[in-house]
Amino acid sequence: MAEEKDLRKAKEAWEQGPLAKVTARFPERKAEFTTLSGMPLERLYTPLDIADLDYERDLGFPGQYPYTRGVQPTMYRGRLWTMRQYAGFGTAEESNERYKYLLEQGQTGLSVAFDLPTQIGYDSDHPLAQGEVGKVGVAIDSLADMETLFAGIPLDKVSTSMTINAPAAVLLAMYIAVAEKQGVPSHKLSGTIQNDILKEYAARGTYIFPPKPSMRLITDIFAYCSKHLPEWNTISISGYHIREAGCTAVQEVAFTLANGIAYVEAAIRAGLNVDSFAPRLSFFFNAQMDLLEEVAKFRAARRLWARIMKERFGAQDPRSMMLRFHTQTAGCALTAQQPDNNIIRVTIQALAAVLGGTQSLHTNSRDEALSLPTEESVRIALRTQQIIAYESGVTNTIDPLAGSYVIESLTNRIEREAQEYLEKIDKLGGAVAAIEQGFIQREIQESAYAYQKAVESGERIVVGVNKFQVENERLPEIHKVDPEVERRQCAKLRELRANRDNGKVKQVLAELKEAAKGDENLMPYILECVRAYATLGEICGVLREVFGEYQPAVIF
Amino acid sequence: MERPIRVLIAKPGLDGHDRGAKVLARALRDAGMEVIYTGLRQTPEQIVEAALQEDVDVIGLSCLSGAHNHLFPRVTQLLKEKQAEDILVLGGGIIPEEDIPGLLAAGISAVFTPGTPTSAVIDYIKEHVKR
Repeated sequence: MAEEKDLRKAKEAWEQGPLAKVTARFPERKAEFTTLSGMPLERLYTPLDIADLDYERDLGFPGQYPYTRGVQPTMYRGRLWTMRQYAGFGTAEESNERYKYLLEQGQTGLSVAFDLPTQIGYDSDHPLAQGEVGKVGVAIDSLADMETLFAGIPLDKVSTSMTINAPAAVLLAMYIAVAEKQGVPSHKLSGTIQNDILKEYAARGTYIFPPKPSMRLITDIFAYCSKHLPEWNTISISGYHIREAGCTAVQEVAFTLANGIAYVEAAIRAGLNVDSFAPRLSFFFNAQMDLLEEVAKFRAARRLWARIMKERFGAQDPRSMMLRFHTQTAGCALTAQQPDNNIIRVTIQALAAVLGGTQSLHTNSRDEALSLPTEESVRIALRTQQIIAYESGVTNTIDPLAGSYVIESLTNRIEREAQEYLEKIDKLGGAVAAIEQGFIQREIQESAYAYQKAVESGERIVVGVNKFQVENERLPEIHKVDPEVERRQCAKLRELRANRDNGKVKQVLAELKEAAKGDENLMPYILECVRAYATLGEICGVLREVFGEYQPAVIF
Repeated sequence: MERPIRVLIAKPGLDGHDRGAKVLARALRDAGMEVIYTGLRQTPEQIVEAALQEDVDVIGLSCLSGAHNHLFPRVTQLLKEKQAEDILVLGGGIIPEEDIPGLLAAGISAVFTPGTPTSAVIDYIKEHVKR
């Protein structure tokens, strides 16, 4: 192309002329500039960097393949993203109050944080639960707690996201049972369960069972929901925690989509048609500090997933190709030092998520490097989203950074490099094998360590941590979980066990155990257990007996 | 030649956040120490047993779930029962300032919170290791 040649020449002339003159006298701040993930960044991007970009093939229109510009035709002009603050602590009563407060403040969806015993399938009175009850989320032992958690919240009017993985089937069953008691049929329920076990093995740590039975539980949920909960997102395939563990933007996309591929393959192997479950797959990404890199990352992930679903899995339904995602701002970017600075960090990260076309968003609170957030901090975090939504103007036109030379160039690069990782993971035998071999974990750890070294050498500046520190900081008020929570929760549990029909409980647990040994869908059995007020620990205990427990290889 | 300092990095409780624990384990190893990492979900009993078996000089406990007040003192108490108080015990994680005096009183030698450079931990260990 003549134009390209001319431009190349003009650029060279600029480099050798005005630029060289300046850099000879005033060298740039660094020899090499990189993104937060260490991807090299050019001084200047021009049309030359995206010469191969084909608008219709690579970008297209919003709501159309390959969805680079967004999954809906009107994006935020039609409806803003769902503002969904992850919350939960202490007992079901306390969390119920926080949810009602958040809904009053204009939040548009709920997001439930469970405590660690719940996430790992232990009742609150299990010896391993000691000290953990109600700490990082709400303690749920049985349907009774779940009824309290959603008391006065009509489940047909609100969408609920639940961060629950290994015991996702049990918590989903409890949600369905609470809805039944409210008179809401399951087909009217909307929300999400995280249900993504692979990233638990790779990065987050709340696994219970080995991969094979875990994948079965997941595909059982896919099959059950496709019939009974058509509006439910059956999984939230999560890069968030992998990124928190220290990986790069490219690795976040690659490892998340590799896990996505593994779930799709498992479901197809279980006999499901790809278009029967793929429209309900959803994703969850991190929004880190590097604004440009993050916007490009979201766009690249969308395009790559669309291509995978269409080309690799032969999906026909356009909804199967749409990567819909939730975003949370990066917890690991929060600093304990000068915590108010985190409000500004979260603003930049949230802006990246919105410019990247997220479907829902959680903004972290300023004090989360110190403790769980206070109510005031949570309100500021929610207000941050509302200011972006209603005041910043970025919501008024779709995918506003498209066509920027740097954004399109980074989008291409992230997609290409993630694709290379996917090929490597395929060669290792897929995501499950790559995790079992420790490949994913090692890649994450290498990146995390490299980042730490860069901060300690001063090559990366973290304001308030390795530069611009202050002496004798005044510490803010922090949220405290009442230490009595554990005792109260255990007392409730004892009362439940004394007052329920224990003959019935024994029977339904025995039925679940038999079913778990075979290959029937376990959801109806779990639902029966839940309705009889069998506890989470009892249900997971039965499954532990049949499935065994995952034994991780320790890699560092 | 003096044998290298031996360190057990441990994750007590149910917390799965091990980025910090692993980064620190790497940094200590790069600083010439011998490092063992327990992996996730260790009980205080398991940690103390591993520490004695591996004959370590230092135990580094990492917890970001808020269960530190329950778990860390249990480790030092068990060490006392086993007459192994010469092992230096350090704590790290999301630990509110106001919890630190109690942990120190319970025998944790130092508590490192987010933003601490690994070099500070290395220096602390070299200076305080009791052997």
